[in-house]
Amino acid sequence: MNERKNLPSMFARTPYYVLTGSLVIIFLFPIAWATIASFSAQAGSAQAFGYGLGNYQRLFDFQEGLPRYFTNSVIISALTVLFTVTVSTLGGYSFARFEFPGKNILFLLTLAILMVPGATLLIPLYVLLRQLNIDNTLLGLSLVLSVYQLPFATFMMRISFEAVPRELEESALVDGANSFDVLRSIMLPAVIPGLITVVLFAFLASWNDFFAPLILISDPSQSPLPLAIAVLRQQTMGVIDYGATEAGVVVMTVPCIIIFVLLQRYYMRGFMSGAVKG
Amino acid sequence: MSVTSRLTARRLTVRPGALGRPRRLAGIAYALPTLVFVLVFFILPLLLVGQMSASDWKLLGGDKGINFPQNYGALNNNPLFWPAVEFTIRYTVIVTVLLIGLGLGLALLVQESSRWVGMLRTVFLIPLAVGLAAASLLFWGFYSDSIGPLNPLLQSVGLIDDPILFFATHTNAFLSTVFMIVWKFVGLYMLILLVGLQAIPTELYEAASIDGGGRKQIFRHITLPLLRPSLALALILCVTGSLLAFDHFYLLTKGGPDNSTVTIVQLIYQQAFVRQNLGTAAALSLVLLGALLILNLIWFRLLRRGTAVA
Repeated sequence: MNERKNLPSMFARTPYYVLTGSLVIIFLFPIAWATIASFSAQAGSAQAFGYGLGNYQRLFDFQEGLPRYFTNSVIISALTVLFTVTVSTLGGYSFARFEFPGKNILFLLTLAILMVPGATLLIPLYVLLRQLNIDNTLLGLSLVLSVYQLPFATFMMRISFEAVPRELEESALVDGANSFDVLRSIMLPAVIPGLITVVLFAFLASWNDFFAPLILISDPSQSPLPLAIAVLRQQTMGVIDYGATEAGVVVMTVPCIIIFVLLQRYYMRGFMSGAVKG
Repeated sequence: MSVTSRLTARRLTVRPGALGRPRRLAGIAYALPTLVFVLVFFILPLLLVGQMSASDWKLLGGDKGINFPQNYGALNNNPLFWPAVEFTIRYTVIVTVLLIGLGLGLALLVQESSRWVGMLRTVFLIPLAVGLAAASLLFWGFYSDSIGPLNPLLQSVGLIDDPILFFATHTNAFLSTVFMIVWKFVGLYMLILLVGLQAIPTELYEAASIDGGGRKQIFRHITLPLLRPSLALALILCVTGSLLAFDHFYLLTKGGPDNSTVTIVQLIYQQAFVRQNLGTAAALSLVLLGALLILNLIWFRLLRRGTAVA
């Protein structure tokens, strides 16, 4: 009986599946193509015919070498995540649970970073990092990338801490725990979804950023992947090497897609809970 | 914040005597890293960029003294300035309409949960995980006449005779870039609008259909008005992001053909690192900041008025 009822509705749904199915193809096709192209033969590339790892071999040996650029990107992302999480967790806790003069101004100033174009800050930061003696370093770049993350991260951590019921920490405070104990043993476990969202965004942004390293890094040995790949495509003896470039795109992209899909459950929950609170 | 939590907040913070002051100090201590970051990497650069915009400041030579209105006047005389402003605005308008329109379409398509819909959501979000520079380099090969898959594909099914040159004309270069941006970012706008759609109580839809409202009427009189906050957020994000476009034009079209796709941020980069004139670059970036601030002020006004009416 059920089947007979479902049959017409299934036919009625056919246009829907055709439409959504074509959308899936459109969205996945460029990534699938880049992956295949990175293994295929191309004129002027290291992979002369057939399929193989020739393009990756050339990428591996390019200038300072792929391991160097990959390590740079890992260090930059790790430092940025570390700075962002530390500063925004302490800051968010402070904004959510404490009162002190200037609190609201500081919070608004942190959010205001969002309104200032990256280019406006990077021109003076280029001069400033040199004066601080951290120009052309992974540390300097990570500090700058963390600043961009602070508005979103601080906001996220503040609302996460505010959503924790006060009764939890009050009893601990009455028992004589200090505020840092409370943060470590009660508050932090309660804000894990918020923390994961902050980590994910800080990682994706710093791993993929191109503009800040383009301006701040001129020493090739300190280049992150996006900058190195952009140089690679122009600099193989005047011949444009599409194969090695697409191999670089794959190396840059695969870690991001894996982490993004793995953590989807957490950040989707974070976003959806944000909707309920308005 | 609920009334009860506000009451307990007062109880915690105005606790008499001994606990009050240490708590205030603790609050300041926790906010100290934020304060240091904001002062050193935000306030200080802002002051510095102001000074630079009024100085004759070369990339290598450093500060060569005051040059106050000249840097700003030089903007007007730069033959690329007004075309870049016009192009950036045109790009922003077109991309915003496309991203929000298509984002809303996708959000409506993936509203009800099922296994297939869950997979659709993931697929639409995946390009977000690809970096903008990586996506630009990906599409640079994708559109290329030597290894791009589109021309062979279209030719084999007989849709075109001669290969399309994706960057040869201004229109081609512009549309190619816009397609890539929509591909990469439409998932974000789907997500924002989906969150908004799911916040609309289902009782409203039920009541409306009992009252005999058709699909179109329900969409116009219930969905759209209640979606306004999410639409406003999407609008602000999209316009701000597009006005600051850089990576994809730098990597994909390289500003060409004939400087016809040069954006404002590209001009800033060019002034600073090609012409090596940090003074004019600083002036231009302050003009951009001013334009964004005015835009944001207008929006907050409109938003406040909007919520007051609703």
